[in-house]
Amino acid sequence: MSDQPSSPTRRRLLMAAPLVVAGGVGVGFWRMLSGMTKGSFDPHDIHAPALNRPVPDFALPDQAPGTGFSAADLRGLKAPVLVNYFASWCIPCVAEMPVLNALKDKLPIWGIAYKDKPEHALGFVQRAGNPYARIAADHDGLAAIDWGVSGVPETFLVGPGGVIRWHTASPITEAMITNTIMPLADSLKP
Amino acid sequence: MKTHPLRRGGLIALLACLFFAPLVALAVDDPSEMLPDPAQEQRAEAIGAQLRCLVCQNESIEDSSADLARDLRHVVREHVAKGESNQQIMDWMVNRYGNFIRLKPPFTIGTLLLWVMPLLALCIGIGIAWWTFRRPRAPAPPPLSDEERRRLSDLTETR
Repeated sequence: MSDQPSSPTRRRLLMAAPLVVAGGVGVGFWRMLSGMTKGSFDPHDIHAPALNRPVPDFALPDQAPGTGFSAADLRGLKAPVLVNYFASWCIPCVAEMPVLNALKDKLPIWGIAYKDKPEHALGFVQRAGNPYARIAADHDGLAAIDWGVSGVPETFLVGPGGVIRWHTASPITEAMITNTIMPLADSLKP
Repeated sequence: MKTHPLRRGGLIALLACLFFAPLVALAVDDPSEMLPDPAQEQRAEAIGAQLRCLVCQNESIEDSSADLARDLRHVVREHVAKGESNQQIMDWMVNRYGNFIRLKPPFTIGTLLLWVMPLLALCIGIGIAWWTFRRPRAPAPPPLSDEERRRLSDLTETR
């Protein structure tokens, strides 16, 4: 029996291996789940490569009650703005409106109505309260594709010179504003 | 958490899809979407089959009836009609939506493990098999001595 290769230590190591693997997987899942509740991890995020790139070329018409804007308008900015894709038919957009309305005095928000009828988008903004300094209409949704938008709501923080500094494909929350958006926006102010 | 264009009447659309799926092989539900040149249309379909619908996420844009998929099909056809190469159109899409839009992930550092995993698993298997069979079997015990044989017969008799 002495030349048997499975010494007690080795056997204990072999027995511990599945536990270590299960423990590692558990820690991984726990981190993902806690990230989901904190908002730092979003499994639906598409990781559009828009970050630190200038905004794409686009020029969109007015959406009442606001005025439309183009890539040139964003590139000419000296201070950051939040660009928010929304639609009247989108439920999470309704949910994020109070948050945006609370933010509008600290950070200008420019809205883009995605594939929406002008009268519906107008009604939506009138009902929910208008957080937008300017509103453009993307009727065919093709400008949205250039931005890498895959649904609504989707929000970009555009820094001076029209460079995209932050992006989310989830509704904006209070936590995002205090933890991420405002610190970043303040650091981008001239 | 997000409302996609699909969500509008999603259930009705889903039921309609299930009902009509056997009737139409492709989601190009409107023939006017198709390019007039059959060769170009075929190319557009081949490209679209490699692009992920970002709403349904496990369907290609050719298979999906989501609004965004229809828009992306339209964009692909526009680029094909302009005479761009498959690679140019793929790059255009990846530039906007990242590698996630490619149903077949490219071979990069990040996807290295994904691509080499079958080979790696085979190597590990061969390694374990080799390690197991290489070990010499425990040598057969020496034959019993006379003394031991006597004790054994005593024991079996008393039973």
